[in-house]
Amino acid sequence: MSMLAASAGLAYRRRASPLHAARATVAAAYAAAIALAALLLENPILLGALLAAVLFAAAAAGVGPQLLRAGRRAALPVLAATVLVNALASRHGLTVFARLGDWVVLGQVDLTLEAVVYGLVFGLRLLIVTLACLLAFCAADPDELLLAVRRISPSSALTATLATRLVPILAQDARRLAEAQRCRPDGGARGVRGRLAILRATVAGALDRSLDVAAVLEMRGYGAPRHGAGASGGGAGAPGRGLRRARAGHDRAQRRARRPFSRHDLAFSAAALAILAFALLGDASGAARFDAYPLVSMSAGAGTLALAAAILATALVPFSDRRGIEP
Amino acid sequence: MLSFEGVTYAYPGRDRPSLREVSLALAPGEFCVLAGRSGAGKSTLLRAAAGLVPHFHGGDFAGRVRVAGLDTREHQPGAIGAVAGTLLQDPETQVVMSTVRAELALAVENQGRAAGAVARAVEEVALALGIGELLDRPTAELSGGELQRVALAAALVARPALVLLDEPTSQLDPVAGDELIWQLRRLNLESDTAVLLIEHRLERCLGAADRVIALQDGVLACDSDPSGFLEWAAANDRALQTPAAQLIEGAGLAPPPSGVKQARATLRRHGLLPAREDGAGSPAEQAREEPGPGGGPLSGLRRAVRARRADAPPALELRGVWHELRDGPAVLRGVELSVAPGETVALMGRNGAGKSTLLRHAAGLLEPTRGRVASSGRVALLLQNPGDYLLHERVAEEAPAQALARVGLQALGERNPRDLSGGERQRLALAIVLGGGEQERPAVLALDEPTRGMDRLAKRELAARLRALAGEGVAVIVATHDAEFAASVAQRAVLLADGRPIADGPIEEILAGGWYFATETARILGGAGGALLPEDGAELLREARRSPAVLAPEGMVAS
Repeated sequence: MSMLAASAGLAYRRRASPLHAARATVAAAYAAAIALAALLLENPILLGALLAAVLFAAAAAGVGPQLLRAGRRAALPVLAATVLVNALASRHGLTVFARLGDWVVLGQVDLTLEAVVYGLVFGLRLLIVTLACLLAFCAADPDELLLAVRRISPSSALTATLATRLVPILAQDARRLAEAQRCRPDGGARGVRGRLAILRATVAGALDRSLDVAAVLEMRGYGAPRHGAGASGGGAGAPGRGLRRARAGHDRAQRRARRPFSRHDLAFSAAALAILAFALLGDASGAARFDAYPLVSMSAGAGTLALAAAILATALVPFSDRRGIEP
Repeated sequence: MLSFEGVTYAYPGRDRPSLREVSLALAPGEFCVLAGRSGAGKSTLLRAAAGLVPHFHGGDFAGRVRVAGLDTREHQPGAIGAVAGTLLQDPETQVVMSTVRAELALAVENQGRAAGAVARAVEEVALALGIGELLDRPTAELSGGELQRVALAAALVARPALVLLDEPTSQLDPVAGDELIWQLRRLNLESDTAVLLIEHRLERCLGAADRVIALQDGVLACDSDPSGFLEWAAANDRALQTPAAQLIEGAGLAPPPSGVKQARATLRRHGLLPAREDGAGSPAEQAREEPGPGGGPLSGLRRAVRARRADAPPALELRGVWHELRDGPAVLRGVELSVAPGETVALMGRNGAGKSTLLRHAAGLLEPTRGRVASSGRVALLLQNPGDYLLHERVAEEAPAQALARVGLQALGERNPRDLSGGERQRLALAIVLGGGEQERPAVLALDEPTRGMDRLAKRELAARLRALAGEGVAVIVATHDAEFAASVAQRAVLLADGRPIADGPIEEILAGGWYFATETARILGGAGGALLPEDGAELLREARRSPAVLAPEGMVAS
């Protein structure tokens, strides 16, 4: 996902929006709730509400255009591929609209309306999940998230930091290499061959790059936050004695650094929980019913529409409070 | 604060040690410059001081390094990092968090400081280095110069007792580079922070240094004050002499000066500068009317180009070129530039002035949003990092034999490009962009900051190579922050600011009269005679000693 975001020029930047004003873990949980709801639900009306929710949320967070660009690049090809593969491979469905004959590998291929619809629904779910992840990428401060992970597992956070830092560096390397190839008298190797050559050179350089980044992380004490040489800093310290003191100091600092939940934190946390609750409610009540096979059937009554409206409203209500959202 | 005792170190798989029996001690509050040619072992010594050697790199290590009492064999780089802030060469890999504020906070947070102390430390270091406006910017969007400042701030934020810096000004323009050195000096004076600084442009930092350590082939060859170092360099390694030292020595004067002020004091003592300067006669005017005594290595070329310019169509022409970013500012604003065949042009200006963008337009890598770019043939562009051109396993696969021969690499055809030295890599990249056959011969060669990380000897070689190409009729345009290199290559300088040329003229005129965009020789001589390089300046001074009228009556010679 970070490779996709990097290639789409997407990066976290603090903006004047309620979602950015919420803490990173809450912003990520909000996006995760939308993604999870998309995985729980199959009803196209409810999925439509979720898609609208994530797009409006992105617009309200000031990252709409970037999200659309990245989504178009990543999710639409997947959506198309899903529809195509499902239509060709699925043996279910009764409404045949095209008979393509006997294919060597797939056998008799009949295209059914149900298979196409199921492919579309599945693709729509993937699209929502992708957009929700990109929303989290744009709106949740990655440093804050990694810090939260570091409290639980320092080495996992170190690996994640190294990886997230390396992705943009390698993307930049690849861009520079491609530019340098264009400076060759013959314009450099083009097409697949050219891309492979650049990829090979980027991968070859990745080890050196990762070593450099890891060296810097090591020097800043990232991998071993509790092994500093004294909490006071600025002097030699006493490494043996300082160890325990540093650990205690670090923990104290972390406790002090924990800020109380803001109203934005509360609003987005509540919205995340409510979205999940609505998804479960829809599943349990039958309002989210959807069957693609053997014939397409789904609930589209007042209950379903009310649920869709509730999901959309719940997702967007936290954005109405725009006090104290300076970047 | 820092001590090396008999340190010998070889990187894994290398027989030849990069450091040999190095012993030295750095006292608290000392400002020490680490000098030496490329490959002398400077960066290795710095990495040993940071604890990365041997912990991170492995290899064979003998001896002992202590940093603020911590033995690097017993303490990991993280522990050393709590007392010694380190800035390595490549700023892109020095920044690990996604926003500047988080980057600066990281080191102090890891020391377990309270939130308030972290915030104060971040605020103070941002103010000290003038990067307050960058605090909430994503690090992925910073320019090279900004990244370097942020990485330096991250090294300083925890107020370490020792700062280890590997070419911290390599990506900065002359103004920002000089400022940064003096910020370091201020930090050193005000907070007693010891500084160990690697810098190829010694003239930039000797004035601030208490002490200079020189390495030769991994061995500590000189450990002295700046003046003693310059005397040692004059006798043992002239490639390490500063332009001011070369100028004063070439004029037959002594002692070697560590900066402009000392050099001018020496000249005054010898009656070569007036005690009081009334500003009569602009040095730039004088330079325009009276080119330097010998005209330096460029005089013949200059005449030939003037003759060519009169009748030949331009090799490169930019007419009203604009480059406007979507949702952003204009990087180039109506640039008008014409370069004649065989002409050498230095493109100068501060970071972000638009130099690299202009070169990319010249080479056709970018399309102007308005205006047009025309050239009489191919425009070859050598980008900042020569390693970006190298994709193959053998040198011979990278460029045709003819091109390799042109840059003197024909004997290295079977070597892996990654095993080449920095200078050799750059020659190979030059061979790649120049091409082999006559039909591939470029009309224009553009180079973007080609001297980054180069020692003086390598710069001299590159300058000679570029002059030779210009002699063959190739128009050469070099974007550089290095005024000495510009003076040794170019006949003409174009100064860019905010995306448009603000000065364009003979190099003696542009680089002779300024504070920052001027060579050290020009700053010492006040631009007299248009002398930009030490050899020209020395000749001028020798002549002035013989006949004081040479520099009179424009106020350059005392009565």
